[in-house]
Amino acid sequence: MRFDPENPDWDDRDRFIMSKGHASPAVYSILRDLDVLTDQDLDGFRSMGSVCQGHVDRKWTRGVDFSAGSLGMGLSFGLGSALAARLDGSERHTWVLLGDGEIQEGQIWEAAMATTHLEAGNITAIVDKNRIQNDNFVDEQMRVGDISSKFESFGWDVIEVDGHSLSDVTAALERARASGVATAIVADTVKGKGVSFMEDNPAFHGAAPNDEQYATAMEELA
Amino acid sequence: MTGFAEPGASRDGYGDALLDMASDERVVVLEADLGKSTKSCHFRAEYPERTFCLGIAEQNMALVGAGLAEAGKVPFASTFAIFSERAFEQFRNGIARTGLVVHLCGSHGGMHTGQDGSSAQSTEDLGIFRTLPEVTVMTPSDRNSARSLTRKLLDHPKPSYTRTARNKTREIYTEEEAEALEIGKASVLREGADASIIACGVMVERALEAAETLAAKGIDTMVIDMHTIKPIDREAIIRAASSGAIVTAEDHSVMGGLGSAVAEVLVEEAPTMMRMIGVRDKFGESGSPMDIMDKMGLTSENIASKVEELLSK
Repeated sequence: MRFDPENPDWDDRDRFIMSKGHASPAVYSILRDLDVLTDQDLDGFRSMGSVCQGHVDRKWTRGVDFSAGSLGMGLSFGLGSALAARLDGSERHTWVLLGDGEIQEGQIWEAAMATTHLEAGNITAIVDKNRIQNDNFVDEQMRVGDISSKFESFGWDVIEVDGHSLSDVTAALERARASGVATAIVADTVKGKGVSFMEDNPAFHGAAPNDEQYATAMEELA
Repeated sequence: MTGFAEPGASRDGYGDALLDMASDERVVVLEADLGKSTKSCHFRAEYPERTFCLGIAEQNMALVGAGLAEAGKVPFASTFAIFSERAFEQFRNGIARTGLVVHLCGSHGGMHTGQDGSSAQSTEDLGIFRTLPEVTVMTPSDRNSARSLTRKLLDHPKPSYTRTARNKTREIYTEEEAEALEIGKASVLREGADASIIACGVMVERALEAAETLAAKGIDTMVIDMHTIKPIDREAIIRAASSGAIVTAEDHSVMGGLGSAVAEVLVEEAPTMMRMIGVRDKFGESGSPMDIMDKMGLTSENIASKVEELLSK
């Protein structure tokens, strides 16, 4: 990404939209690695006054471009970012991370339609296809159909990848950026990957492990 | 102060203002298939590269605006007032909450819309947008004030919702008078010590008619155009309260709109006898604007009679 950790507010940075805003710990961890956030910031997660709000929020956290928490809005915001980059004649790219449950929201498809109609080629959507949403498996709650075909039908380029293969993901991101066409990367993932009792378990969608579970998980991940 | 020159609709003033601001490259215009109606079509014709037509998809339009605003653009998005409500949660979470400055205009507000019937006659918009923190809410009374107040949004630091009207109303302000208007500052159109009428939007012309009727009976009535519903001009309301009788007039539900906003100030600052002219918990129907306004009681006669009722107490 075109991003300067020394200057996270740089006007001409790439934009990263975490549309599934409940995945905030992932964003905060990366911003910690980049030294935009501190350990103390992370410790305050979800507590009053903390820069690490429950859902990612641009007003609270440097390095966060979008205030999420209400699903279905990020792709539209990303389209606005992409159109602004085009007006500015900038090379900056917009990346939008969506959940597979999230795309049940109709607004996602309003945005998918508008992106190609307006010929915005400087935007990439990544669908984290982990097959689980808040209450249950996606297929139990509301089948979303063939995600790749849906994006293709609106004129998007689609790349399907194993979301746990960093080399595949990286190659897809590079291809998407270079293509000049709106690209959807559909990433097959397993929620809770690497922790036996969390893998593919809807009960851990929004739950924190207890002390014993935490110890087991850390052992398994070591 | 009032003129009776060439009438226009406040939505025409919105279209005029977009063209006035076009030399500022930050200005971008967003439409949802109603640009011919909201009058953003004139900007589109001149500046297609800075106009984004998003189809019949208001929720997407709101967030595309937010994304553009985050990158330094000043988006002016419009649709019918009623369909702005469809994007209300998007406006709340994607714009108001995030501190991004997007200006949304809802045209065809109120019963004044007429023939389209109840599906289009938004009488809730001002009330619901007024509940959002950090959002400016306006409803100009004529073409010139809509033009001037919309232009003043260009450097306004907060997101806004502005309601305009479909149909023509008489000119309340000359261009020069309109230029002097300020967002958040009520305009006193007529002084009067016996009673006060606080009106907004298309009801301002009716308030002026009511004041003339009352004047003929020796009742000296102040008329205020409260073009900005939020932040509301508390000082102007308190000053109006010194007359001891206030009638509000709006083409909107009496629940949550101008009358409510005025009452909120009065109960805290200057409890005053008050009556509200507005829509009384009803949906409209098709009909000429004048017929439907009459049926809903949104008339100068009703305003005048409420003033007299208060003065007889």
